Amino acid sequence: METVAFWVLAVAAVGFGVAVFVVDSMARATFALLASFLCVGVELLLLDLDYLGVLVILMMIMEMLIMAVFMIMYMMNPGGLMPMTMVHNNRGALAISIGVFTALAAGIFLTPWPPRRGTVPADPTFSVGQAIMGPKMLVMMVIGIAILATMIASVVLATDRGRYDRPSHREDGAK
Amino acid sequence: MNLEVFLLLAAALFSVGLYGALSQQSIVMLMMGLELMINALLVAGAAFWFYVSPGTPDGQVLVLVAVTVMALEMAMGFAVITALFRTRDVDMTDEAGHLKG
Amino acid sequence: MPAWAVVALPLVLAALTYSAAAMDAVFRTGDGLVAPLRECARLIVQQRRRTYMPDLLLVRIGVISLPAAALLAAMVIPIDGRGVWDLSVGVVWFNAMEVVAWASLWLTGWGVNSVFPLVGGYRFLAQGLAYELPHMFALITAGLAAGSLDFGEVAAAQDGLWFVVWMPVAFAVYLLSALAMTFWGPLGHPVAGDLAGGVAAELSGPDRLLFFAGRFALLTVAAAAAVPLFLGGGAGPWLPGWAWSLIKTYAVLALLVWVRGRFPVIRMDRFMDVAWMVLIPATLLQALVVGIVVVS
Repeated sequence: METVAFWVLAVAAVGFGVAVFVVDSMARATFALLASFLCVGVELLLLDLDYLGVLVILMMIMEMLIMAVFMIMYMMNPGGLMPMTMVHNNRGALAISIGVFTALAAGIFLTPWPPRRGTVPADPTFSVGQAIMGPKMLVMMVIGIAILATMIASVVLATDRGRYDRPSHREDGAK
Repeated sequence: MNLEVFLLLAAALFSVGLYGALSQQSIVMLMMGLELMINALLVAGAAFWFYVSPGTPDGQVLVLVAVTVMALEMAMGFAVITALFRTRDVDMTDEAGHLKG
Repeated sequence: MPAWAVVALPLVLAALTYSAAAMDAVFRTGDGLVAPLRECARLIVQQRRRTYMPDLLLVRIGVISLPAAALLAAMVIPIDGRGVWDLSVGVVWFNAMEVVAWASLWLTGWGVNSVFPLVGGYRFLAQGLAYELPHMFALITAGLAAGSLDFGEVAAAQDGLWFVVWMPVAFAVYLLSALAMTFWGPLGHPVAGDLAGGVAAELSGPDRLLFFAGRFALLTVAAAAAVPLFLGGGAGPWLPGWAWSLIKTYAVLALLVWVRGRFPVIRMDRFMDVAWMVLIPATLLQALVVGIVVVS
């Protein structure tokens, strides 16, 4: 049962991933990527990672919806009403990625992976929570600072006005 | 199911993402390729946690970091595109070859 | 959970959804209890209106995902102690499923290839960015006090004192975001009249039925989730647990439905200001207070 679910989801995840670069419509491309992420989220559920799996589903839905806005904003022909290709060095990219896949697959099956150490905890969510609030707290603190830096930097990059300009829609300078 | 098949899935996703990142001209499409590559990282991290060392939560923390990095990458990517587009009316990688404004 | 519960859940959700629609008919237009039934019949037989070059696949996904998300969210909500799907992170699952509404509205608005629905779809994304963070903080506050993300355990943790009593801010924000996520009443800007119906402007026939049934279902699920989160779950004297869950769900649902038409529609950019400058700090303070109580 779980094996069947794994294979169906795996094929779907890769298939949707390929579809991202095949379909013409930007809206469809974004949602193909979202579908790929949802498949991966459920794969994580199969690995007993309840929290991380659901988190991936939650975050990716929000992220892809925001992504769709930008996709449509910056792509010509966003609805895919005319066929188009916007690629460079297609053959080279294809060759490289197939080569990488072959190398990775060979590595996967030739490497003697270490045997399993330890057992799955009763509540993996609890263990990851304890880790990031205890021994791995530094990781979370760095992530927090990175998020803050990203928020500031992206607003600075994306805004069209400088520090002392007022919002353009308010003449009186209020707000 | 075992470690190998999960890693194979990760490798496939990674290669598809790599193809996209290398071949797409539009910066937004390129970012979708990058997202797919991080997606592969999620699968690989989770599989390593489950099949190699489920006793310690390191693998889970790695997945958590990867998810966050994905969101940050997207935010910064779009901010850069917006800045590029505003100053130079450019949204293609070929035209953004040099950083000097 | 026995197998019959899986079959019963859609039926229970459908019954609750119907009663929400009936309440709306009674409260707002003064029509009788059969008004939704009449509307259903009308929409089923109505001929579909086609727009020029729609992306039909995306419209179908958008319209169907709304009721589907409500049903999937309902799976983790406990009626009598446990939900149909006993997931240890039920609260996060509920949150993830209710975010599906973002996709539903945007896909529907985009796919029909028409201006007003598209504007409505974008409006909902902006509204989503406004309500989602306060909403998450409200959910986290309840989870923090219970020390669990499982709906059943959150309900069980309110043995002595309901969470609504000592985290009123979180409860109020939750109710507000329930309105926002179902684009209901004052937060119905994405489907407002100034856009001739917004996202739903071009929907007709069975599509329209599914879309609005899904919205009522989402409203119902949001009301049902408030019960284990803040209102003590099935706790109450004399009656069994499931009866109390149902009564409380109806009370919250009636309040949410009643709000429609009583307040003017808020523009989503103004709501964004309020959400980020008032609601987020308020919910963070609430979480801080709860955190201090939990630790001490």
